[in-house]
Amino acid sequence: MALKMVKGSIDRMFDKNLQDLVRGIRNHKEDEAKYISQCIDEIKQELKQDNIAVKSNAVCKLTYLQMLGYDISWAAFNIIEVMSASKFTFKRIGYLAASQCFHEGTDVIMLTTNQIRKDLSSPNQYDTGVALTGLSCFVTPDLARDLANDIMTLMSHTKPYIRKKAVLIMYKVFLKYPESLRPAFPRLKEKLEDPDPGVQSAAVNVICELARRNPKNYLSLAPLFFKLMTSSTNNWVLIKIIKLFGALTPLEPRLGKKLIEPLTNLIHSTSAMSLLYECVNTVIAVLISLSSGMPNHSASIQLCVQKLRILIEDSDQNLKYLGLLAMSKILKTHPKSVQSHKDLILQCLDDKDESIRLRALDLLYGMVSKKNLMEIVKKLMIHVDKAEGTTYRDELLTKIIDICSQSNYQYITNFEWYISILVELTRLEGTRHGHLIAAQMLDVAIRVKAIRKFAVSQMAMLLDNAHLIASNTQRNGICEVLYAAAWICGEFSEHLEEANQTLEAMLRPKVTTLPGHIQAVYVQNMVKLYASILQQKEQSGEKEAAQEITQLMIERLPQFVQSADLEVQERASCILQLIKYIQKLQIKEVPVAEEVIALFAGELNPVAPKAQKKVPVPEGLDLDAWINEPPSDSESEDEKPKTIFHDEEQRHSRHRQPEIDEEELARRREARKQEQANNPFYIKSSPSPQKRYQDTPGVEHIPVVQIDLSVPLKVPGMPMSDQYVKLEEERRHKQKLEKDKKKKKQKKEKRGKHHRHNSLHTESEEDITPAHHVDIITEEMPENALPSDEDDKDPNDPYKALDIDLDKPLADSEKLPVQRHRNAETLKSPDSEAPPVEKSKKPKKKEKKHREKERDKGKKKEKEKKVVEEEEEKKGEDLDFWLSTAPPPVSTAQPQSGPEVSAAVVAEPEEVKKEEREEQQEEDEGKKSSKHKKKKHKKEKEEKSKDKKKSKKKHHSEEEATESVQNGTLDDEPLPPMSSYRLLAENPYIKMTYDIQGNLQNDSQVTVSVIFENKSTSFLKSMELNVLDSLNTKMLRPEGSSVHDGIPVPFQLPPGISNEAQFVFTLQSIVMAQKLKGTLSFIVKNDEGSTHEKLDFKLHFSCASYLITTPCYSDAFAKLLESGDLHMSSIKVDGISISFQHLLAKICFHHHFSVVERVDSCASMYSRSIQGHHVCLLVKKGENSVSIDGKCSDSTLLSNLLDEMKETLSKC
Amino acid sequence: MIKAILIFNNHGKPRLSKFYQRYSEDTQQQIIRETFHLVSKRDENVCNFLEGGLLIGGSDNKLIYRHYATLYFVFCVDSSESELGILDLIQVFVETLDKCFENVCELDLIFHVDKVHNILAEMVMGGMVLETNMNEIVTQIDAQNKLEKSEAGLAGAPARAVSAVKNMNLPEIPRNINIGDISIKVPNLPTFK
Repeated sequence: MALKMVKGSIDRMFDKNLQDLVRGIRNHKEDEAKYISQCIDEIKQELKQDNIAVKSNAVCKLTYLQMLGYDISWAAFNIIEVMSASKFTFKRIGYLAASQCFHEGTDVIMLTTNQIRKDLSSPNQYDTGVALTGLSCFVTPDLARDLANDIMTLMSHTKPYIRKKAVLIMYKVFLKYPESLRPAFPRLKEKLEDPDPGVQSAAVNVICELARRNPKNYLSLAPLFFKLMTSSTNNWVLIKIIKLFGALTPLEPRLGKKLIEPLTNLIHSTSAMSLLYECVNTVIAVLISLSSGMPNHSASIQLCVQKLRILIEDSDQNLKYLGLLAMSKILKTHPKSVQSHKDLILQCLDDKDESIRLRALDLLYGMVSKKNLMEIVKKLMIHVDKAEGTTYRDELLTKIIDICSQSNYQYITNFEWYISILVELTRLEGTRHGHLIAAQMLDVAIRVKAIRKFAVSQMAMLLDNAHLIASNTQRNGICEVLYAAAWICGEFSEHLEEANQTLEAMLRPKVTTLPGHIQAVYVQNMVKLYASILQQKEQSGEKEAAQEITQLMIERLPQFVQSADLEVQERASCILQLIKYIQKLQIKEVPVAEEVIALFAGELNPVAPKAQKKVPVPEGLDLDAWINEPPSDSESEDEKPKTIFHDEEQRHSRHRQPEIDEEELARRREARKQEQANNPFYIKSSPSPQKRYQDTPGVEHIPVVQIDLSVPLKVPGMPMSDQYVKLEEERRHKQKLEKDKKKKKQKKEKRGKHHRHNSLHTESEEDITPAHHVDIITEEMPENALPSDEDDKDPNDPYKALDIDLDKPLADSEKLPVQRHRNAETLKSPDSEAPPVEKSKKPKKKEKKHREKERDKGKKKEKEKKVVEEEEEKKGEDLDFWLSTAPPPVSTAQPQSGPEVSAAVVAEPEEVKKEEREEQQEEDEGKKSSKHKKKKHKKEKEEKSKDKKKSKKKHHSEEEATESVQNGTLDDEPLPPMSSYRLLAENPYIKMTYDIQGNLQNDSQVTVSVIFENKSTSFLKSMELNVLDSLNTKMLRPEGSSVHDGIPVPFQLPPGISNEAQFVFTLQSIVMAQKLKGTLSFIVKNDEGSTHEKLDFKLHFSCASYLITTPCYSDAFAKLLESGDLHMSSIKVDGISISFQHLLAKICFHHHFSVVERVDSCASMYSRSIQGHHVCLLVKKGENSVSIDGKCSDSTLLSNLLDEMKETLSKC
Repeated sequence: MIKAILIFNNHGKPRLSKFYQRYSEDTQQQIIRETFHLVSKRDENVCNFLEGGLLIGGSDNKLIYRHYATLYFVFCVDSSESELGILDLIQVFVETLDKCFENVCELDLIFHVDKVHNILAEMVMGGMVLETNMNEIVTQIDAQNKLEKSEAGLAGAPARAVSAVKNMNLPEIPRNINIGDISIKVPNLPTFK
């Protein structure tokens, strides 16, 4: 056997391997393509052989050829063969090839499902790894669905190498198979706290990627990420988390407030620029989200801007670039702080690096004010002249226009200046943005009435010098401005001084070389011009001149009639006829000007861009309804009276085409002939089209107007924008002097002339009055325009499918599809090349199954929904709770610094907290009451009880009580307020209450939250808490401290203030309740001095505190009970008077259970301990008694739990 | 997300291409050409970020590249990646190559593109960063190489002998196109732990 293998490999050692191929290609530089096609032929031969080594060698070469641009999809099946090799060496080659060339359209990809599944469960971690890597590149919806469950299992693999890959690939699976997101999410979340940093980082990566697309669904993870952020040292992870927070803060401003402090700390402490930069970025995001009404963050802004300045000033171009990028984000909300760095940014405009110049340009947008606009634009114009590449120059051009036109020309004080800037820009050769300039010209001329006269004169000049602009028509972007020029001159021809000259300019033969749409505008507007000239001449009685101008039109228009552009042709011939008619009238000496000018009466007003969309549909109008009855196919139609409309009859006849008789056809043929005869574009023998033009003079007869020979390159008489800058300065100076005078006499008068932006101006800017009376006409909107301004979302967004609420508990139906009928044969034979026919059937089967499942899902949805709503509420509250009350973990970690400072710090949050809590309650109340109205009683009740359970100590009873009275819909009496915080110890100075919570992530830890309340009028400080550890239960102390050391409480207490601290305890066994003795030592400081005080306490760890409320579904519950490995025990308590509802609520609240099912006075409940013991309860209520049957995987734990429960219930 | 990773030399010859989004082979080549065109005309001392590849561009995407002697390493990423972080990742990638190939040069990449792919697969998976710790990457690569060797075993011996013979004339090709100055790092950037 071995010999045979050796022989085989000797045979193939003379095959080309990858290196030979590469070498060969390098040696055939001249005929590379030929050589490669030869190689491909060889590869095809090799692929036909049975030897897997030969095959994989061939596939390896193909992968290389793929990189060179050769399509290798024809070898897809061979690639799959190599993927299924038993040896890792070959497998890896196969998967690599697949990852390079497989995609959703690869049809054989479905054959890989079983192979991949097999590899995923391979005992060799590298087989699994290579399969995961490959799959990540070519996963399809089918593969994702079929393999999701297998990958999910791998997320808990023992090897971190596999875990991290499995976690990462889940993102791809989610994208392709969004249904998998909810079932897999809990585990993914778990991985955030994986002991291996690689896995943790992968989980962070995936969640960040998910959250980036649909941030609101991940808000509830904020506390967890916050914890990671303050504890992680991995920069990569930190960057991801910080970026994520940047995406979350806009949704939750309170989160932002919480973030500012740790982020600022990081900014101060980190040495990694990448991290610093991301921190600054997120702080900016926070500040943007807080920008309304948070004036006291100016320090943070200053810090950011200051750090960014350091980046921008750095010699490293990368940092400079990023600094500018981040700066532009600040600009949006805090332009003032950026403006102070104008010098630096203008300096960057001169940088040799184009990327940096472009970023600096972005910033300029926000730097301008009325004062400096002209100056900045002037600088930019210099850059425009200097710029080499057209892209950069075009960018400059758009930026100049952006800057000037921003917020409705807010910063322009002198529109003459602006028009001349625009005119200057038209001298740019080869720009793509001619239409932009044109649009600006039109916009300004239409909307700024006062400028029209000036604009028209400038435009006339442009038209006169059109040859300069249109000369390089091959790159004719700039000739678009002629479109605007022609229109402005025509529309506002009353302002034109030498209309004759302009008209002549527009009639020049060269115009016909312009693009059609511009010619069309020319033609239309020369009539406007003509009309106004006519009127002028008629009024002044110069009949000769009037006829001359008519003659000119008649002479020149035919060149447009011949245009190839339909629009130009149509307009020109129409107008030519009109003018011929006018000529006739003129000969008869009939005054015509009035009538001609009437053609263009009325003003065109600008219309807002969204006006059409915002026209409300009038009431009672159904746009989808038929206006007339839909035409029925029945013949009865014919009987309808023919009185309606003449042409409707015609339309009917067209509908019934097949029944047209011979006569009709003949008639039509005739008509068509006629039509063709009159169409100049039909080439035919008939000389008719030429005849039509015979009466007009030929092109060669047109007298060529002697023009443009003496025209200098600078457009004559064109004002230079620079002059305006000077003029403006003088004007402003004068204005200022005047103003100063006025000020003394009277109080400042408001002089801002803009309608819209008065409120935006700062005082200093208001001082500058525009040079003209600027009357910006606002755009027209339809009456009753809808105020909504929502942007249309892209319905094709692939990430939309992942917009899934993750906080809902999982329904039973939401499971990843598991393949049940495995193909045993393929499993057994490792080197299989199983017949593809057999395999290809499988996916179909699976699909069916999947569909069935979905049907199930539908059924269960109703039930699920109920639970979902409750849970949502709970989640929301949890987050609120974290955001508003929990002391930030940072502060716990921080050692005490000077007493005064920290005292203030503590006092403040407490106040804020209180306020917020109140707000929150109001909100909650509002939410609930509105909900209550909508929902049915039953749901309400449940919700209520749940709410109570979760409300903890923070909700005060009064509000709850009043609320239920107000609502008045409850038929049960309200629940009494419950608090899980029990008294720990109390003396005249201090009161301690505590609560114990299991830690879900760690099976041997519980967290004890202690609220310290200062009851005295003295200041309490240097509090230190110490407990006497038992063998089983120990307090978690910082490393290096002995078991006898206490833990300092991380805050001080001013009189009357309370605050909460958390202590972590580790335990081994949780089946028994524990008691720990402890002492709190503290210093009381008042006017008389300070004294040491001590307070002893006993911490009671009840068994219930090891339980974690875990929702459970009835079928899972039933399965659990059936499994039979649970121990059973029961209790009975007499003399219970409270309602069953309350009873359940109490058990849920104090003992951390959740109700699985409730039928009348019988309920099943479930909970789980931190060490994974299941605890099931069946609670039955008798007349005056309650019996509880319990089942638990540990009998001691159960009996202890039941004892505790008995105690609770007996108090009722 | 990383959209694509490209390595090409100073003449635009592709040395490695990895696309994490589906493009046809023709488009891939176009992207490589376009990217080369964009990157190669930039000076040495300008910033390493670049917007506006038309094909793989889009407003959200950026090209982040580094130039080492004869090779350009280009990552096309979207806005969820940190620019400086990716720069550092490229550094880690090159240093890893240097370690795995023992003083890497362009020739290594030319003749062993499959190995480069394998190394990359340990760093980036499906467009997401998998591992940034060089030692961890090298450990995994070594383990896989060992596995490969053990699989080749007896049968692999003659093949190795032949390839050794074939490679004998390799040193004739000058190795001076060494990637070389990889020790130049972005200032102030500690590598990832």
